[in-house]
Amino acid sequence: MEKTKELQQIESQFETFQILNENGEVVNEDAMPDLSDEELKELMTRMVYTRIWDQRAISLNRQGRLGFYAPVAGQEASMIGSQFALDKKDWILPGYRDIPQIVYHGVPMDQAFLWSRGHYGGGQMPEGVNVMMPQIIIGAQITQTAGVAMGLKRNDTGTIAITYTGDGGASQGDFYEGMNFAGAFNVPAVFVVQNNRFAISVPVEKQSAAKTIAQKAVAAGIHGVQVDGMDILAVYAMTKEARQRGLDGNGPTLIETLTYRYGPHTMAGDDPTRYRTSDEDDEWEKKDPLVRFRKFLESKDLWSEDEENKIVDQAKEDIKEAIKKADSAPKQKVTDLIGFMNEELPQNLKEQMEQYKEKESK
Amino acid sequence: MAQMTMIQAITDAMRNELKNDESVLVFGEDVGQNGGVFRATEGLQKEFGEDRVFDTPLAESGIGGLACGLSVTGFRPVMEVQFFGFIFETFDAVAAQMARMRYRSGGVYNSPVTIRGPFGGGVKTPELHADSLEGLMAQTPGIKVVIPATPYDAKGLLISAIRDNDPVVFLEHMKLYRSFREEVPEEEYTIELGKADVKREGKDITIITYGAMVHSSLKAAEELEKDGIDAEVIDLRTVSPIDVDTIIESVEKTNRAIVVQEAQKQAGIAANVVAEISDRAILSLEAPVLRVTAPDTVFPFGAAEDTWLPSYKDIVEKSKQVIEF
Repeated sequence: MEKTKELQQIESQFETFQILNENGEVVNEDAMPDLSDEELKELMTRMVYTRIWDQRAISLNRQGRLGFYAPVAGQEASMIGSQFALDKKDWILPGYRDIPQIVYHGVPMDQAFLWSRGHYGGGQMPEGVNVMMPQIIIGAQITQTAGVAMGLKRNDTGTIAITYTGDGGASQGDFYEGMNFAGAFNVPAVFVVQNNRFAISVPVEKQSAAKTIAQKAVAAGIHGVQVDGMDILAVYAMTKEARQRGLDGNGPTLIETLTYRYGPHTMAGDDPTRYRTSDEDDEWEKKDPLVRFRKFLESKDLWSEDEENKIVDQAKEDIKEAIKKADSAPKQKVTDLIGFMNEELPQNLKEQMEQYKEKESK
Repeated sequence: MAQMTMIQAITDAMRNELKNDESVLVFGEDVGQNGGVFRATEGLQKEFGEDRVFDTPLAESGIGGLACGLSVTGFRPVMEVQFFGFIFETFDAVAAQMARMRYRSGGVYNSPVTIRGPFGGGVKTPELHADSLEGLMAQTPGIKVVIPATPYDAKGLLISAIRDNDPVVFLEHMKLYRSFREEVPEEEYTIELGKADVKREGKDITIITYGAMVHSSLKAAEELEKDGIDAEVIDLRTVSPIDVDTIIESVEKTNRAIVVQEAQKQAGIAANVVAEISDRAILSLEAPVLRVTAPDTVFPFGAAEDTWLPSYKDIVEKSKQVIEF
């Protein structure tokens, strides 16, 4: 397809924002976020922790000890960096892969495991943790984010709503409707599209003729930016800026993070070798967010192998504990679920409740 | 008391709740300045301001998502689906999101949204405006589906719907909007959701129905009376969940029943009523429970509406079949 001059001009404006290059060198000094050494180390800690957790989760899934799981390795910078830019009271509307963000936002890890197993405890968000249940329908969280952000603005909370989807999610009608509503009502919403290159098996090039997903913001009349999603500082800086833009009354932001998932789409039988090459995997592994940030920290004498090993051990220990805790959750009963359907049980559910009490007592 | 049409009663209910509760918001396409295509929200924006009563971009899925998001941040959205045939565009927001909110969160979040939408035949609208989709909604666990037949009921039921902490689909039959007036109290009152109303008492046969068919059934009952048949007419008012107790009590008295709906035969509500009667009162029956419905086609193009829609004559005929069984 030959693109018109006008379109080429628009697309050329969406350049990838980066702070750290693949070697961990600062290439954009002016954009360096104001983070203390401790905070920088915390970012690395969380990425290492998440990588280990992902490996463990995959292994637990293979052992049949976990339910639905969507691997996150490769996307740590995108996930951790964006969440780190939030206030504790901001709302997160996650997609099914966005478990690290909600855990760092306050959802206990054992609860995340319960969600994975299809236990209702996984959806019972603790008081004060402003997180919605991970969304399965692609795009539904995008329109809801417009509503949550409107609610936060109306209540004058000084907080924002952030939501996540993937490159495939950007093909959904709801993606456009959500951004358009948020723009039309000028609400503090941040839409993060983690472009990990594949909607299960379909590459981003087959999702759209658009060169970037970020440029889709133009149609909604909102700010859009493309960020190197393997660069945690870039993701953090842009999310922080987007958050402030919303709070200042300057509308929502679409952030496209260019990232890659190393593993399969989910652990339910997806085989990435069917749709991508090992060359492609190798190429993206060179951009690894952990490697690059480790180099950056080492250059500032803020990181050591010893330190990293401690985190690895801690992660393994925590996961073991969390799984144990998840194992001890009360067995899920159908009567519990019947009880959750409505505030008050209508006649049909009252009868069915009695039937299932009887069945469960046997 | 004032004489009100059904649409005035609906506006009055929304006015009452906007006044009563700051968290109530009314929005949808053309509901603000224009007061809604049927004028259901007439004057509300002027009275409560653009902050409380507002127009949205033209996108039903967006409206549903907005309502869903607002509802978890403490608001009580009353969203209008301009014509209920457009519910397909926002079915995910209603059926897969709001209806599951409480379940999915193990009771932590609820979604107190009222989804208003005009529907119903006999007014010759274009395609996908009039469709009776209550069966589709009623088969979705987690939402209540309410269909008023009179101005008085409309006000009391809508106030209850807005105050309900679960999502409620509130369907307004277009033909009933301005077809008659009745006494409606200006002060607030509620009618419990899930409770049917015996609109006419009788001892020979029970006609179970809802919406515009309540009026056709009442007319049929008058006709039947000329032949010495005393029909009881039950208006379900809420079609999900249905009020099984009122139905069974009546059937045990009359020993005969028909179920009347404007929707197609395969469209759910009547079939559910028949099944409940069969489950609970089969030994009281002197005859099979028959249904008066539209045929199982897509809602017809305008020129065929009059024959396609069930009429009071169909109800008379079917009642006699049951009586003479």
